[in-house]
This record gives sequence, C-alpha cells and structure tokens, in this order.
Amino acid sequence: MAAEAGKVDPMHQFTIEPLFGTENWQIAGYHIPFTNSALWMAISAVLLVLFVAGGMKRQLVPGRWQMAVESFTGFIDGLLAANVGPAGKKYVPYLFSLFMFILFANFLGLLPLGVIGLHAFTFTSHFSATGVLAVLTFAIVIIVGFARHGLHFFSLFVPHGTPLVMIPLIFVVELISFLVRPFSLGLRLFVAMMAGHVLLEVLSSFVISSGNANIGLFALAGLPSFILMIGICALELLVAGIQAYVFALLTCVYLNDAENLH
Amino acid sequence: MDAEAAKLLGAGLAAIGCGLASIGVGSVFAKFLEGALRNPGAADAQQGRLFIGFAGAELLGLLSFVVAALLIFA
Repeated sequence: MAAEAGKVDPMHQFTIEPLFGTENWQIAGYHIPFTNSALWMAISAVLLVLFVAGGMKRQLVPGRWQMAVESFTGFIDGLLAANVGPAGKKYVPYLFSLFMFILFANFLGLLPLGVIGLHAFTFTSHFSATGVLAVLTFAIVIIVGFARHGLHFFSLFVPHGTPLVMIPLIFVVELISFLVRPFSLGLRLFVAMMAGHVLLEVLSSFVISSGNANIGLFALAGLPSFILMIGICALELLVAGIQAYVFALLTCVYLNDAENLH
Repeated sequence: MDAEAAKLLGAGLAAIGCGLASIGVGSVFAKFLEGALRNPGAADAQQGRLFIGFAGAELLGLLSFVVAALLIFA
C-alpha cells in the first residue's frame, strides 16, 4: 500500500474487512460478516485455550510449560488477594481469562507476520472490542455491588467522614468518577495499542520512502528511523504487557469497591 | 484561516498534552523510585499503587491523542 500512492496511510492497518466471502451475511436485517477482527479474537482465544490446556497435566514436578501457566494463575491470584482480599478468590477465573485474552491479543498484534504476507490485526486497537470488555467489568461491579450490599451500595459515593454540607457535591463528583470508569478503562487500552501501531507505521514509512528516494536520504533519515523502530518495538512489547496488567489491576480495584465498599 | 487548517493546527496543539503527560508519568516513577530506595522493604507491596498512578497519568495524555484523532478524522 506504500507503493501505489507514494504515501503511507497509517490508519489503513485498522480497517475492518469481511473475510472468506461473508460480505452478505445478515442476521435480522443487520449486516454481520466474519471480519478480520473476529478472526484474530478467535485465534487468540484458541491459543489461550491451548496454552492453558498444555499446563493442566498436574505433574508433581512441573515442567516448563506447567510452570509458565502456574506462574500466570499465581500472579492473578496474588493480584486479587492483595487488592480485594479473601472475597476476591471467586474472581480468579474471570480475571485470568480477561488478562490473558488481552495479553495474547496485544502480543499477537505485534507478531512480525508481515514478512510472510499476513496482516496481524490487533483487535484491542478498536474501542468496540475494549469497550465491551470494560462494560463487562463494569456490569459485574454493579451486579455484585447491589447483590451484596443492596441500596447500601450508594454509600460508595459518600466517603466516611464527609461533612454534611459537602455531601451533595461529593456525591455528584464520586458518581461521575464512577460512571466514567468503563470509558477510561476501555479508552486507555485502545488508545495505547493504536498509538503504538501508528507510531511504528509512521517510522516504517520514513524508512520506505527515504529508501525509495536516494541513498543519501536513506543514510540520513531511513537508517536512524530503522534503529529507532527496533527500540520502539521493544517498548511496544513492554506497553502490551503493562496495558494488560493495568486493565487487570483496575478491574481488581473496582471489584474491591463492589465487594468491600470503602 | 479556513476550518481545515484550524483543525490541523488544533491537532498539533493537542500534542502538547502528550508532552505534559510524559512529565507526569516520569514524575510517578521518579517519586516511586525515590521512596523505594529509601525503604526497599516496603517497595514491592506498593507496586499496585505505582501502576494505578501510572494509569491515571497516562490516560490524561492519551486523551490528547483522542482529541487530535477526533479533530483530524471526525
């Protein structure tokens, strides 16, 4: 796509397109094809199942694979124990699936599959995907909160020791900060992944167009961009891990509010 | 100045927000390291709070990216 217009469009990589001739699939009048986003969701889910199934042998002396799976479950277990306490034990399956799904998606999107002609699609760079994950967490928080505490759940919006005159103001502020949580949760993951991929695409367009121009320009601009790209790739691996961790961590913090109020 | 030029200028100005957020993220980690070196025993237990602070500082920087993207594409 770089060659035909002489200009690289960094947003082209996020295009969602129907695959395998499913353009005309319709459900109740709505156009619902099997897209590349859905394909990569399925791939990351299948890989996640394979990864966990490989570590479920329950050997007394764990091998490397079992050790890898167990360190992930132990990590999620510790995260919930530290942030929610004993009541957090029942969220381990949910949080483990959420964390690993996002982690696999982020890492799969960074795979250098372009060298064999495939287009690795990062579905976490779309708000429609991350927003649903965030709303899922938010729904669990609301359902658990009301189920455990009933209408007492509203005391979440009035912290202990608030002076009486401040209560209306604090209530509104806390309510708004509670209601923007699903947006901030989904927005953070989607923008972080999208910004990283745009940055990589822009740098690679510097390399390609300076290489096409002449050798002097390539040495001046293309080569430094290429070296920078290697560094940014390492940074993106870090960001992919951190964003999955932050999503899981904030989910823990919100679950703690629902379980224990504050 | 026509509307399209003003939009692109606004998107460029939104990049200032990214720079300011980088100061914030740097400050979060700097303060954590400062405290962690004074009392290394308590550092590991506070790592969750470190990342909550990081997430908050980072989000506000990412919002400036959203503003820029909205100005250019919406």
